[in-house]
Amino acid sequence: MVRAAMVRAALFAAVVAAGLGLAAPLHAQTTVYIPAILELSGAGAVSGTNFRDGMLMAIDEVNAKGGILGRKINVEVLDTQSDAGISRAQLQKVLDNSPYVVLGPVFSGSVLVDMLLTQQAEIPEIVGGEGAAVTQKGDPYVFRTSFGQQFSLPKIANYIHDDVKAKTIALLWVNNDFGKGGRDSFIKEMAARNIKIVADVSTESGQVDFAADVVKIKAANADAIFVYTNEEESARFLREAKKQGITAPLIGETTLLGQKVIELAQGAADGVRGHVGLTIDAPIPAVTEFADHFKKRFNYLCDHNGIKGYTAVYIIKYVTEKMGKFDSKLFAETLHGLTISPKDEPGVLMELTFDKNGDIDRESFLGEVVNGRQKIVQILPKLGK
Amino acid sequence: MTAFVQLLVSGLATGAIYALVAVGFTLLWQTSQTINFAQGEFVMLPAFFVLAAMDAGAPFWLAAAIGMVLSVAILGLLFKLVIVDPMLKYGVLPLVISTIALSLFLKESAKDFYSSLGQPFPPLVPATDVRFLGTVVSAQSLAVLAVAIVTIAALHLLLNKTRLGRSMQATAQNPTLARILGIPVGRMVLYTFLINGALVAIASILISPIYLAKFSNGETLGMAAFLAAIIGGFNEMRGAILGGVIVGVLDNLSAAYVSSQYRGAFPLLILVAVILVRPHGLLGRAEERTV
Repeated sequence: MVRAAMVRAALFAAVVAAGLGLAAPLHAQTTVYIPAILELSGAGAVSGTNFRDGMLMAIDEVNAKGGILGRKINVEVLDTQSDAGISRAQLQKVLDNSPYVVLGPVFSGSVLVDMLLTQQAEIPEIVGGEGAAVTQKGDPYVFRTSFGQQFSLPKIANYIHDDVKAKTIALLWVNNDFGKGGRDSFIKEMAARNIKIVADVSTESGQVDFAADVVKIKAANADAIFVYTNEEESARFLREAKKQGITAPLIGETTLLGQKVIELAQGAADGVRGHVGLTIDAPIPAVTEFADHFKKRFNYLCDHNGIKGYTAVYIIKYVTEKMGKFDSKLFAETLHGLTISPKDEPGVLMELTFDKNGDIDRESFLGEVVNGRQKIVQILPKLGK
Repeated sequence: MTAFVQLLVSGLATGAIYALVAVGFTLLWQTSQTINFAQGEFVMLPAFFVLAAMDAGAPFWLAAAIGMVLSVAILGLLFKLVIVDPMLKYGVLPLVISTIALSLFLKESAKDFYSSLGQPFPPLVPATDVRFLGTVVSAQSLAVLAVAIVTIAALHLLLNKTRLGRSMQATAQNPTLARILGIPVGRMVLYTFLINGALVAIASILISPIYLAKFSNGETLGMAAFLAAIIGGFNEMRGAILGGVIVGVLDNLSAAYVSSQYRGAFPLLILVAVILVRPHGLLGRAEERTV
């Protein structure tokens, strides 16, 4: 009696196991697993949230049109809390589920930690990090969605030298991988143009009080001030700078001119100038249309990270359809040296080219904040042109 | 000199806010031996009450009043009834752990309900400059300083010049004797929680235009106020005020004149020095307890 019951139980277990075994491949064949490791809280929350929302918008669009090669994108979004250690743990978790491609993170410090794992697993990682070091390690599986500092900072340096005509400059930077990488590149570029750095002020990620830093910067009496911090810190700095009556031109990168910074700075961002690799204010119809859809869906104005997340998904779609199959290793090989035009894949919004290191090249912009909006004053061509 | 005055005013303004929060720490400790490790999150939360009221259409000053009422009700009354009263009978440690859990709950709830992004918060006064003695000082810093001073002065008057305040002090010094003298000890303790609810709401409205309203603000604020309370003396309100001012001013001056990288270390160094020289704080009283 007992033996018969045990046999029945074993049979039942075997049927269930077989069912699960059959169901798993069926499920896997209808979807493709693309996880995202992003800064949804902590100092990088602005960047990570924008990246996530842009990415989700693209995924919904792609899935609504039947997915990639007939397979819908199965996305899982995990929060790094803007911490490199947590980012690595989250990545380890998703790597156990054999992802096709990994999206994120945005903070360069987290990217530098994570890319060791994706390289080992031979899984491509499309990141938002702009730190110069990301693509200087010979990792064939890491790809950017925006300019690295080694490409964007020479453009700013030219602007400071040729247009602002500054002879002295004060530098304020955030003490993380992004900020340190930017500071080192910027100092090199300034030296090459014979511009003297009269103040070199380090700030902390997540810093809230900038009174002392602004006093130091103001005392340096520089011709211009270069600000290289993350978005929320940029906004806090701008508010304090306005409070203390700073009059020298404030110049920065996308993290100083982004829409969220403008919103948080509440008027203190007016007059800020700089180089923006990606912006919703670019005079490009596809970008404007994307920004309108984004605003309609998420009820806020997207910044450059939203464009990074959105285009990353379409890069995956284009490359995979070009290959005609899902092969992570081949994906990385195919993307190196590839140019994707909006004519071939409208979702990339602007023509882009990847080099052998995973760096991206696109047109970029010089912008200025006027009446609470970013205004593009000049379009800079692709570096390769 | 101009820069020094600017830094001093800015440091005093920030320090005054720390002082408000630190006073709350000392009040709760004195009357109910509650060390509230969620005090930083208590300062973070009222800003979101205000923003929610503004989102619902209320003008800023009405929203601030609503934020204050909600803060007193939730962070004062409800905190005492739901967390402190049931836990305190098991000793200080379970209560400390409960407040740590509460801080995590409040932080994550604010993030879930209001996103992890910093939110702009209206300033008390427009961003204009005030010039005196050849230096330029922001009107915002002066307004923050003024409101904080008025609040502390009002609290001082309440505690020292009214019957209610003296009853609260008697409760803090010796609850058993206070009860024998006919003072309703339970009600006095409740009042300190309500006062703390009001103090954190004022601190929140003052600090959020500078820090932006963000779920993680409590970490910095709670730590700064806790340091201030220990430096000044955990059992003395004047000590908490002095500690707050020291932490605020020292943070600004050390960042400007010594090192911005190590600015976070200076208040800790002062704390260590105070503990070595005067373990009960700069203005605190040495306490002896029978065990």
